[in-house]
Amino acid sequence: MDLFEHQAKELFADYGIPVPRGIVAHTVEEARAAAEQLTGRVVVKAQVKTGGRGKAGGVKVADDAADAVEKAKAILGMDIKGHTVHKVLVEEASAIAEEYYFSFLLDRANRTFLAICSAAGGMDIEEVAHSTPEKVAKVPVSALDGVDRAKAREIAVAGGLPEQSLDGAAELIEKLWCCFVDEDATLVEVNPMILSADGQVKALDGKVTLDDNAVFRQSEHEAYADKAAEDPLEAKAKEKDLNYVKLDGDVGIIGNGAGLVMSTLDVVAYAGEAFPGKPSPANFLDIGGGASAEVMAAGLEIILSDPSVKSIFVNVFGGITSCDAVANGIVAAFKLLESRGEAVTHPLVVRLDGNNAQLGRQILADAALPRVELVDTMDEAAKRAAELAAVGA
Amino acid sequence: MAIWLTENSKIIVQGMTGGEGTKHTRRMLASGARVVGGVNARKAGITHEGLPVFGTVAEAMAETGADVSVVFVPPAFTKAAVKEAIDAEIPLCVVITEGVPVHDSTEFWAYAVAKGNKTRIIGPNCPGIASPGASNAGIIPADITTAGRIGLVSKSGTLTYQLMYELRDFGFSTAVGIGGDPVIGTTHIDALQAFQEDPDTDAIVMIGEIGGDAEERAAAYIEQHVTKPVVAYVAGFTAPEGKTMGHAGAIVSGSAGTAQAKKEALEKVGVRVGKTPSETARLMREIMQAR
Repeated sequence: MDLFEHQAKELFADYGIPVPRGIVAHTVEEARAAAEQLTGRVVVKAQVKTGGRGKAGGVKVADDAADAVEKAKAILGMDIKGHTVHKVLVEEASAIAEEYYFSFLLDRANRTFLAICSAAGGMDIEEVAHSTPEKVAKVPVSALDGVDRAKAREIAVAGGLPEQSLDGAAELIEKLWCCFVDEDATLVEVNPMILSADGQVKALDGKVTLDDNAVFRQSEHEAYADKAAEDPLEAKAKEKDLNYVKLDGDVGIIGNGAGLVMSTLDVVAYAGEAFPGKPSPANFLDIGGGASAEVMAAGLEIILSDPSVKSIFVNVFGGITSCDAVANGIVAAFKLLESRGEAVTHPLVVRLDGNNAQLGRQILADAALPRVELVDTMDEAAKRAAELAAVGA
Repeated sequence: MAIWLTENSKIIVQGMTGGEGTKHTRRMLASGARVVGGVNARKAGITHEGLPVFGTVAEAMAETGADVSVVFVPPAFTKAAVKEAIDAEIPLCVVITEGVPVHDSTEFWAYAVAKGNKTRIIGPNCPGIASPGASNAGIIPADITTAGRIGLVSKSGTLTYQLMYELRDFGFSTAVGIGGDPVIGTTHIDALQAFQEDPDTDAIVMIGEIGGDAEERAAAYIEQHVTKPVVAYVAGFTAPEGKTMGHAGAIVSGSAGTAQAKKEALEKVGVRVGKTPSETARLMREIMQAR
């Protein structure tokens, strides 16, 4: 889960990391009040979970409260890489002497943590890393050893930070490591980490990604969930513990296992290219290995409530759960939905393969469910589901 | 023969007395795998599913001669369980548990390395390893395929099953589900190396997924070290681009981890990449038929 800048900075402050004073504003009026409270020059910063805000015009300096109102007006509602700006962070302006880059992150390839540090921080860090990689230090950090003050200083030196910044940077880096570990983060990034005119090393920006797998021991992280930005169908699916992602096509997809469902999306998209309107997947939905009737019903319900869905493809491989159990699940799901007055009216293409596939197909054939078609292979089934979506069902 | 898991492998189950542990211990036993005991510190001394439960991995190994552990303990206790297995120096530890925090898996990996890599870790969040007809350590359904001479390594569980099933007439020496988590023990490259060296494996199926650059690195390895034919499948061509934050990821790998990039990297070194799972099976079928 990614945090907004203001949330990252609140977290940093909890760990004693120096950050500028700031106030979150959702409206122009709130921005005015925030600027008046902070007094003097302020920076108005779009709060969106994507990079490149500065280049997109989402960060503006304001001389006073009246100016902050103008800047907030321009930024609120703005679209940055598909993210609408719903709130801004109004922050006291900092007198910047130098800009550095710093992050801790997971290095998947080497199965360790990595500190990245550079004296050439700021908006162009990716370009710096690309054209002058020697200016960007990458220091492996063992999960067993961690980062103490001495190691932090070593990293700052490797990044080429000047002498006058080393003490402040080492202190900030050590605290940031505590934040990274204690919060189960997979990324903490400070860009820029600045040396202010008065000689302080501060975090002027903050990006944090938290590990969703750690929520069981980080219960306070649930508060960071961004309910407003959630797709309503995704929110509904989450309530039912379904692994669902809304996409923009018209073929509803249900499958078991993340890899198989991802593969199903691909196969449907390929098949769709041959039909008018190029039907494509309307969603990702993994009902897991179990595939019980209740889960199948819950999944069908979510997909049927998506108005863009024209056909549905149920793609199940019977491994741990055999196909007869899955078929019974589908039959029970139809009955369950019918009893709730939500009878299935969309065409449904079912492909069952694996253990007891014949028995499963027989159960579905015997149930003679309206609008259900059985297709033997995944590729052919995908083609049929795309075709049904193309003719508008 | 097979890689890492043979008919002589003696398996213990960490977390055997739990729901998943019990269910899959039964399935492993039914498939003919030699499960010899379980581990649960709080239930040491009892008998469960007809098998003795020991207090520690070391004790279970001493009493039974076990050389494989399968871990089903909940995520909160997985790190401790795996470190215990490493301390006991069990040769193979298969971590089925899903939802392990990445700080924990990074730590137990570092621990394994610090202890001299005496324990091969597979997973976490994986279906395990199966050598059809010989043994089965994990949750891969034993009855969807047969023993044969194809080796398979995969990030995804159900796609593994799909390919094992489609190629059941040829059969498999060993299928390894390495898991799709950001940090895993055994990698594609480890499995490729073992299959290359295994005299009973003729060809290799490799299944990848979007994210990371493991497939790209596997491609580089294949070019240098693998002479057996490899057929690959990569899932996630049409998956929506994940929200990426910050610059750190791009600075580290330089690759977006897209399915297209992985496919190109593999094809460049002569690996045939199927467009769908069935096409992948067909490509492998052609190779096996030509032998």
